[in-house]
Amino acid sequence: MCVCEKSVTFAQFLQNTIFYFIYMANVIKLRKGLDVNLKGKASLETVTVKASEKYALLPDSFTGMKPKVVVKEGDAVKAGDALFVDKAHPEVKFVSPVSGTVALVERGDRRKVLSVQVAADGKNEAVTLDTKGVKDAKSAVDLLCEAGLFAFFRQRPYDVTANPDDQPKAIFVSAFSDMPLAQDFEYVLKGQEADFQAGLSLLAKIAKVHLGVSVKQSAPALLTAKDAEVTVFDGPAPAGNVGVQINHISPINKGEVVWTMGAEEVIFIGRLLRTGKVDLTRTIAVAGSEVKAPKYAKVIVGAQVSDILAGNLLPSDKHQRWISGNPLTGIKIKQTGWLGAHHTEVTVIPEGDDEYEMLGWIMPRFKEFSTSRSYFSWLRPKKAEYTLDARIKGGERHMIMSGEYDRVFPMDIYAGYLVKAIIAGDIDRQEALGIYEVAPEDFALAEFVDSSKLELQRIVREGLDILRKENM
Amino acid sequence: MNALRKYFDKIKPNFEEGGKLHAFRSLYDGFETFAFVPSTTGRVGSVSVHDAIDSKRIMSLVVIALVPALLFGMYNVGYQNALAAGQLENATFWGMFFYGFLAVLPKLIVSYVVGLGIEFTVAQWKNEEIQEGFLVSGIIIPMIVPVNTPLWMLAIAVAFAVIFAKEIFGGTGMNILNVALVTRAFLFFSYPSSMTGDDTVWVAQSAICGLGFDVPEAFSAATPLGELAQGAAATTTSLCDQIVGLIPGSIGETSVIAIALGACLLLWTGVASWKTMLSVFVGGALTAMLFDATLAPENVGAHIPWYQHLVLGGFCFGAVFMATDPVTSARTEGGKWIYGFLIGFIAVTVRVLNPGYPEGMMLAILLMNVFAPLIDYCFVSANISKRQKRLTNK
Repeated sequence: MCVCEKSVTFAQFLQNTIFYFIYMANVIKLRKGLDVNLKGKASLETVTVKASEKYALLPDSFTGMKPKVVVKEGDAVKAGDALFVDKAHPEVKFVSPVSGTVALVERGDRRKVLSVQVAADGKNEAVTLDTKGVKDAKSAVDLLCEAGLFAFFRQRPYDVTANPDDQPKAIFVSAFSDMPLAQDFEYVLKGQEADFQAGLSLLAKIAKVHLGVSVKQSAPALLTAKDAEVTVFDGPAPAGNVGVQINHISPINKGEVVWTMGAEEVIFIGRLLRTGKVDLTRTIAVAGSEVKAPKYAKVIVGAQVSDILAGNLLPSDKHQRWISGNPLTGIKIKQTGWLGAHHTEVTVIPEGDDEYEMLGWIMPRFKEFSTSRSYFSWLRPKKAEYTLDARIKGGERHMIMSGEYDRVFPMDIYAGYLVKAIIAGDIDRQEALGIYEVAPEDFALAEFVDSSKLELQRIVREGLDILRKENM
Repeated sequence: MNALRKYFDKIKPNFEEGGKLHAFRSLYDGFETFAFVPSTTGRVGSVSVHDAIDSKRIMSLVVIALVPALLFGMYNVGYQNALAAGQLENATFWGMFFYGFLAVLPKLIVSYVVGLGIEFTVAQWKNEEIQEGFLVSGIIIPMIVPVNTPLWMLAIAVAFAVIFAKEIFGGTGMNILNVALVTRAFLFFSYPSSMTGDDTVWVAQSAICGLGFDVPEAFSAATPLGELAQGAAATTTSLCDQIVGLIPGSIGETSVIAIALGACLLLWTGVASWKTMLSVFVGGALTAMLFDATLAPENVGAHIPWYQHLVLGGFCFGAVFMATDPVTSARTEGGKWIYGFLIGFIAVTVRVLNPGYPEGMMLAILLMNVFAPLIDYCFVSANISKRQKRLTNK
């Protein structure tokens, strides 16, 4: 099922074609993949939601980093003041998104820091930084570290928070996500084009910047972005995954490091350069089949999700699943949970754990979505939207079918063999098969279609963690 | 539905850790997931939505695809019996079908009881869920043996295959050889006289529960390939019968039409790889043509038309249901072409060049099962060396 989110009119098509001819030649066509069309897409309209009383920064949002908390409960902080730093690189700061007082440093088993919570004072005071002196890569990195925006860099290999001592080969930014219910960045970009460009220009001082744009996007700020090499991707999800884009533009070899950053986070940098202040306000998609009016909302990173969803959920006597992020790569959160630092949407779908379907292995199950023609979703129009719940819908098995992953894995990598090498713990083979190029999110669609129901993202995450430890 | 759900919920505690029926947990799990789609939901860190396909549905589909061939096989058992007894004009359609049904049913039951019994035990022992793989093997096994195979032989062979070809490797998905074919190979090499022998094995010889006919004296009917291997100038059956399937042979393998129905379902749903299936036929056809053009006229097998090679014996059945077994076939897309082609090639080669073995499909698939990882290795290595080159050319 390949579904175009917006039907591209002829005029748009013409416009796109012109853009390609005038501004660039790089169009990469991808055939493998799958667009999952879920019900409850956010309509292009921004509403105001209740400001949260508390905001929290979760160390777990920044994979691979060991936090050292630098505030105490009761400390007064401004937006941009560090809440915790990376133990290995104390210059990398993770800053408070709002001004207020530190309300709680939440710890879990073995005193692991789960979150640092700040009670907002509503004044929105922010630390002011001098942004004028940025001349070279070093000063750019220093500024970003100081402002707490370096924390938003992730690096490949390992898909972890970047290390400021590295010299990245390039910086990759994907201007679109085609995961189900994902934020439409082109909509978010409206009115923030200058900030986006300023952010790109700063990144270009650090390393060569590659911007991945979707064929469905037409904003000049994307297609004619300066200080970045623009590549257009034409194909189904996961074409928007930065990992897929890296694999097609400039694959990572052993020993190389590239950095990636979310497109909206580039806007954060632009804002910083314009105002000298850290402003982590995002326009997130509030979406999903359990959301009453799926729309966009302006919220600050770390907001309490219950405030974002307040009054906007469909009444239901069944369980609901709240997800920070989209249903494929996002994280299931509790009703007291927070918007993760990297997440660009909050989605709510039925949990389904109170759902019992009889004889599922043989019933037609017309409402289900499947890439297999043993179900009947192939009969429905391509635009049909599905209400899927969080059930795994089968038991975990060994890998039985072949080629399932490769169908939705548009990289020059044998996904099934790589997963097997990770399960077997064979590090040499993982390296040979290209583990340095992948992130768990690249396996999200493979996990979705997998008839053996293996937890591929978890397997890949654990594989990357072990590999990183070995190579340190 | 609710009553059944309540019943499952009520008895569930007995099977959990510490319950008095804990030793049968795998059995309970098996039945519960069979009756209801499991309502477990994805954990934190895994995807929140899933495709509705699972291995139960895939295996069920293969079983459904096998049903036409099985039903026709039952009918053909009755038909061959009536034909041998010279009573064809007195036999009715349903009479022949039910005769065949009664002849085949015990084999089906033995195959499932022995195989699933081992599966349940192993699942309980390893504390895993029951794997569905044997649902398919269990129905294939009675279909690829002669109708006169004794049940005790079948039971031993199934037990051998499930334990030594599958469970010791780690269960469904980890096996190297196709379980059903190992069962057949075990029978073939351990009890050759019951598998081909004097050609009395292919036709049921006596009445069952008043149905069917007692064949007067030991009636021998060779399969068409058997006739050719014994040096007959041509087969005694018509091409039409060979396609419809009214010829002696293993229970489920004779009818090309019934197998084609199953093939359509497997290809349409994408459960079987069309690449593998097509390349088996291409490999077989090209090899048959090659032998026809090059070998001396004394070799009868070499000079039957290429399409007859494809419709005779287990060629179609093997190509559609066994070569395409995703676990034991090549897993890379390019590898599937080579794997299939070589199966067709080897099957026809064995038929033509080895007078001892009238049929080569079983050996061809088993041999290629062994070589499939090697084929994949070459394709994966190419990918690896490309990555290596990128590193050195930097």
